[in-house]
Amino acid sequence: MSARMRLATRMVGLAALVSTAFTVWLAFWVTPPAKVMGTLVRLLYLHPPVAWVALYCAFGLAALSSLLYLWRRTRTLFWDRLGASAVEVGVVFTALTLITGSLWGRPTWGVWWTWTARLTSTALLLVLFLGYLALRRVPADPEVRARRCAVAALVAFVDVPIVMFSVDWWQTLHQQGTVLNPGLDLKVHGSMAWTMLLGFVAMTLVFVWMVLVRYRVEVLADRIGDEELEVSLSERWAEGSAVTLDPGAPSRGAPGRGAPGLPATLVGVGRRAEDLAEHASPVPEHASLVAEHAAPVPEHASPVAEPLPGHATEPLGGRR
Amino acid sequence: MWRDALLVAGKDVRIELRSRVALWQVLPFAVLVLVLFGFALGPGPSALRVAAPGLYWLAVLFTTVLATQRSMAIESGEGTRDGLRLSGIDPAGVFLGKVAAVALQLVAVQVVLGAGIVVLFDVHVATWWLALVASLLATVGLSAAGVLYGALSAGLRVRETLLPLLVLPIVAPVLIAGSRAWSAALSGAVASGASWLKILGPFAAVYLAVGVALYGPLQETA
Amino acid sequence: MDLAVHFRAAVALAGRFPALSGADLDVAAGEIVAVLGPNGAGKTSLLRACAGLVPVTSGEAVVLGCDLRSERTAVRRRVGLLGHDPSLYDELTALENVRFAVRAAGGATTRVGTALERLGLTGRLPRTPVMRMSAGQRRRTALAVLVARAPELWLLDEPHAGLDADARGIVGSLLEEAACAGAAVVLTSHEPDLAEPLADRVALMSGGRIAQVRAGGRHRPPAEPVLVALAEETADVA
Repeated sequence: MSARMRLATRMVGLAALVSTAFTVWLAFWVTPPAKVMGTLVRLLYLHPPVAWVALYCAFGLAALSSLLYLWRRTRTLFWDRLGASAVEVGVVFTALTLITGSLWGRPTWGVWWTWTARLTSTALLLVLFLGYLALRRVPADPEVRARRCAVAALVAFVDVPIVMFSVDWWQTLHQQGTVLNPGLDLKVHGSMAWTMLLGFVAMTLVFVWMVLVRYRVEVLADRIGDEELEVSLSERWAEGSAVTLDPGAPSRGAPGRGAPGLPATLVGVGRRAEDLAEHASPVPEHASLVAEHAAPVPEHASPVAEPLPGHATEPLGGRR
Repeated sequence: MWRDALLVAGKDVRIELRSRVALWQVLPFAVLVLVLFGFALGPGPSALRVAAPGLYWLAVLFTTVLATQRSMAIESGEGTRDGLRLSGIDPAGVFLGKVAAVALQLVAVQVVLGAGIVVLFDVHVATWWLALVASLLATVGLSAAGVLYGALSAGLRVRETLLPLLVLPIVAPVLIAGSRAWSAALSGAVASGASWLKILGPFAAVYLAVGVALYGPLQETA
Repeated sequence: MDLAVHFRAAVALAGRFPALSGADLDVAAGEIVAVLGPNGAGKTSLLRACAGLVPVTSGEAVVLGCDLRSERTAVRRRVGLLGHDPSLYDELTALENVRFAVRAAGGATTRVGTALERLGLTGRLPRTPVMRMSAGQRRRTALAVLVARAPELWLLDEPHAGLDADARGIVGSLLEEAACAGAAVVLTSHEPDLAEPLADRVALMSGGRIAQVRAGGRHRPPAEPVLVALAEETADVA
């Protein structure tokens, strides 16, 4: 996460704040109340944008990143973190969708909840992705967790159209795809349309900002994990060099060394020891631990990668 | 893949026949659920008769969770999980084999449950073929989704609580479509009932395909 | 001579713990290597990394010609691992367990009977469910799986643990036969007295690395016709 990235996050945050404030101003002070619904109509500037972010932006992004993670060529932890961030923010927005919808439904329909297709499938979606978050909380190795979560997300996504389809058939009371019951006779026009549009922009910006921040948290959490790993690796090194197994022998030997007295069949093994001597570099190659699937000989030298006592091998051939 | 699937399914079924967990625990549980529904919905037969398809499918859903948990428990030993990964069996074969074994158990449970709602809830089936086809498609879909999530949560310490949370929302379409199809089968409304098969069929196909594609990476996470 | 195992500065993580912190090991075909070391030295992880069960995150790791960092699963059908927990299904009999493992690896089940006999599982034992067996008998069954599968690389985690003197003798001769037939063998042990005489080389591990390698006490017998035949048979199966 570079400084430029942080600046971008801040800019997006600022834009989100400004556009949200502007939407609030337009919604409460500029736009008129509606004929039938009165001032309740102002939920129009919040509920549909929130639902749009939850159902399309968040879960679309999560599906895309899970797919890209599972595809071998684009498999990096970037997609895993992005997907997780998107789901987490998406769950918040889905919950908000249900809450604002419910607040709207109570005065207009007279009930907090109806078993309409739209509500039911949104609620199911929320539960599906709560399951994803529960799975993500299970402690595991980052790669393992990433793979597991990507599969879970994808399996859940495959379900979404089936859920929508079946729930639509199941209860088609609400089949008009519009936001409101047609009987309420609401026409969105003029300043209302502009405010609603701004609401969409504002909520999308809020979403992007939250994902960026959340992504950064993921990166930092992983970095802590990596630093812990470096510490435990160096402890392991210390543990290894503290134990001297045989005082007479060199502290660390190259395997594959043909010891005297071994049968002639092992000459080949002895020859390999010379190859090994060429390979043996003073700096051990463990620094790439952090960079997954990095080049075999990474350049970046970590604290661990200093030549440690006992590892700085003597020439492997001249053992005796 | 098919040979491996047959091998794994044969092994799972044989283990099931030996241990009789399905017979002595899963089956009584399913019947118990029906009886409890009877208590909850009161002694009047008309309410029970209306609710029967839904209750049947709920019982099947709960059974699916138990059966997949059991199917994964077979492999839960440290040694056996490695064994399956080391054996060189195609992961898709493992998936299909496990699905087949779970599906077989679900069929057995459904036979008993079907008899149960006929006896306990006084239900008459008007269109047998519709009920059978719906059950068959639903069974394949339920087993596939169940095994997929079972593998996902296998090896986790929290798997008993996590699996129902993951599986039950996923199989909600099966509950909806299955109950509607059965309602139609009971009342003889073939045309409306048959349209629900258009959900059960694709559900089964989609989850079989997803499982075949993703079981490999999933096995490595255990 | 091909190298069955080639590890160079291999780092493997068990969860977030660096179980291997830079292990170097070469094992040639036909060679027996014993790995000794205190608890937590990384012996088991070394075997599991060889089997492609634990991912190697840096360094070189090539087993049977497969690079473990890129194709971890390809090697699995060709190695045999005897772990701490025998990988057996409790409800199945010894015979069924061995037969399942052999069929899963795509082998012929003709040697299953002889494999069980070699491990002293005769009479009613092959038809006894594993859960009714003693710990020693289960371990013998797990060993019979390896014998029947005849992998190219044998990985045995403390093969002597929980076995009586008779069975320990059998283990020794089985490993000798396998090595003579061209397989590579890596075993871990806490009992140097038992492991050293079997091995060509003895590797001492500590802190996730190979700290030292010295010669073991294995004396290779001159090739006998019987062993050559066995080697050819194994080659056919492979």
